[in-house]
Amino acid sequence: MSNQTGVHRRRFNKALVAAGTAAALAPFGILRAQSAKLKVGVLLPRSGFQGLIGQSCQKGADLAPEVIKAMLGVDIELMNADTETNVDVARTRAERLIQEGAHVLVGAFDSGQSAAIAQVAEQRGVPHIVNIAAAPQITEQGYKFVFRNFQTAGDIVREGLALIGELFQATNTVPRTAVFMHVNDTFGQAMARGIGAFMPRLTQLPFRIVDTISYDPAAKDLSVEVSKAKASKADFVLLVSRLNDAILLRREMAKQRWNPMGVVSPGSPGMYEEQFYKTLGKLSEYCISNVPWYNPKAELTKTVEKAFLKRNPKDQLVFHGLNAGFTFEAILVAADSFKRARSTDAKTLADAIRQTNITSKMMLGGPIKFNEKGQVEGIGSACVQNLKLRPTVVLPVSAAETKPVFPMPGYKPA
Amino acid sequence: MSWDLVANVVVAGVLTGLVYGLMALGLSVIFGVVRVVNFAHGEMMTIAMYSAVLIFGSLKLDPFLVLLPVAAAFFVFGYVLQTGLINPFITRPEHTQFMLLIALAIIMTNALLMLFGPEARSVQVDYQLESFELGGVLLDKVRLYAASVAVVAAASLFAFFRFTLTGKSIRACADNHLGARVVGLNVKRLYGLTFGLGAACVAVAGCAMVLLVDVTPSLGPYYTLLAFVIVIVGGLGSMTGALLGGVLIGVSEALAGLLIAPSAKSMFSFGLLILVLLLRPQGLLGKRS
Repeated sequence: MSNQTGVHRRRFNKALVAAGTAAALAPFGILRAQSAKLKVGVLLPRSGFQGLIGQSCQKGADLAPEVIKAMLGVDIELMNADTETNVDVARTRAERLIQEGAHVLVGAFDSGQSAAIAQVAEQRGVPHIVNIAAAPQITEQGYKFVFRNFQTAGDIVREGLALIGELFQATNTVPRTAVFMHVNDTFGQAMARGIGAFMPRLTQLPFRIVDTISYDPAAKDLSVEVSKAKASKADFVLLVSRLNDAILLRREMAKQRWNPMGVVSPGSPGMYEEQFYKTLGKLSEYCISNVPWYNPKAELTKTVEKAFLKRNPKDQLVFHGLNAGFTFEAILVAADSFKRARSTDAKTLADAIRQTNITSKMMLGGPIKFNEKGQVEGIGSACVQNLKLRPTVVLPVSAAETKPVFPMPGYKPA
Repeated sequence: MSWDLVANVVVAGVLTGLVYGLMALGLSVIFGVVRVVNFAHGEMMTIAMYSAVLIFGSLKLDPFLVLLPVAAAFFVFGYVLQTGLINPFITRPEHTQFMLLIALAIIMTNALLMLFGPEARSVQVDYQLESFELGGVLLDKVRLYAASVAVVAAASLFAFFRFTLTGKSIRACADNHLGARVVGLNVKRLYGLTFGLGAACVAVAGCAMVLLVDVTPSLGPYYTLLAFVIVIVGGLGSMTGALLGGVLIGVSEALAGLLIAPSAKSMFSFGLLILVLLLRPQGLLGKRS
């Protein structure tokens, strides 16, 4: 008994010393690196004109802790911050999340906001995993703590234009002219540069761009823009949009009785979002987006879809597939790296992210592996057409749910 | 560039500009009489837009049909706001008035955010996507109706100020505050009525605007700024100036979009503002102080 008591006392003394050491070292952050929980700062534009897309991304973040706990046994604490669709707010919120102890940052859907967060992350030495943002410069700055599991604007355009060629072949159509309309923000400009660079090389595409019209991302009225586009008499609209402007544009086209062969996005948000269908109803039909998309047959997709429906019983993953999917995968990358690193130390975590090789994934394309710039290569796109008021994969043929419809019914040459 | 393209763009600019003008008219009336700059103007219009959305959502009533009840409710709101909250600030330094109205604007925006969330809301009427064709010019039905409403509302307001005793009393207050008090006019009550009328104008503009633009809580500051640009261009305190300013901004933005670049539209209206401030600081139809 006394022996047992002695052992207990010695154990108690050791515990006391350990606790004292912990208390002494904690303020210096020495023990922080051995935290059992990964704190993920999720930065998304949940209000402002990108609010709906930010909320759509948030759905992917919200389900991540539960799914990842079951998959990897890793505990995740989300620290959510709203960037208010504002670059400066994104920057200050990133600073604050780091001050509040975020081990890794995820976000922020938009290129401008993501670039601002990336700067903060790099300066503070905290890993930042970009969920969605295409501006190439984000991973071209030589940053050591910035990673992106999303296509660059160049990749999106290349894949998107290639799918447009496939679309014309699949529908036996030969449009000769297009009017290129794009939102005038960081993403839109990057896409415009991408199209300018790739179009001359893609000689198999039968059309030329007869006019380029850029517009304010916060535009309240696109009547002038649509009048100009209509006057170009182009066969179809090549559109790089966001959500609200895509709605405005489609509505204005109907008002101005303009029925081109189609509205085709070479890779931008807007036309596959739930709100697009809700607001426009039948007018949303036949619009086409060539975008990175999820693989409906993947095991992980099924798991995520189950968790999604549990949290959002009245919703469908198909309307949030891209946003929720890439946001979920960004958190998955963080969790997977944390599991391997067994540490929340920023440098160790960043090194582990660099070694990522996730083969069981949700989005189309090859495994999640970062190159020396922190960029994942080989992410696939699909040609997604709005049919029966839902996004439907129509190309590539291997993943198609049905055949594409082009030109749109009601097409009248201008 | 074809003439019908230019005509279409100019007509759309005029029609939108008239609705802008009605919105700015409320700001101009309030400033012209009460001498208070309403920094919550755009936010009040946003509330009017949400009111139309709510009524349409619950009763399926066209925003044009609920103009009068919404305007009446806003008249009461404006009257109470002026008599209950703003009147005590009339004699205080201007910066306290500014802060009061900015605080009010922030409270309104955040209240809307709490009530409706950040997502855009809209009203979809049956004729939303229809248009009339006149020669080569397409007249968007909604825009045409909204502009007509703006013209009728502005004309009614002009008539009220010109032909009614209360209207004349309010003008007397605006022209000579001390004189109005000397002849026994109840200035504070008249201020309340004026603010109420300004708010009613905003309500009518909001009900018309909700058919043109999707509403979000963050829309308020944009419209406040736009209303300021319009009244400064037209002449602060001038009712005709507000309408003219609205049309000028609407048309110049449309033409800038067509002739220069669509993304340069707002840049052009602010350029116009600077030009007016330099060449005619009192605004196009404003009186030199």
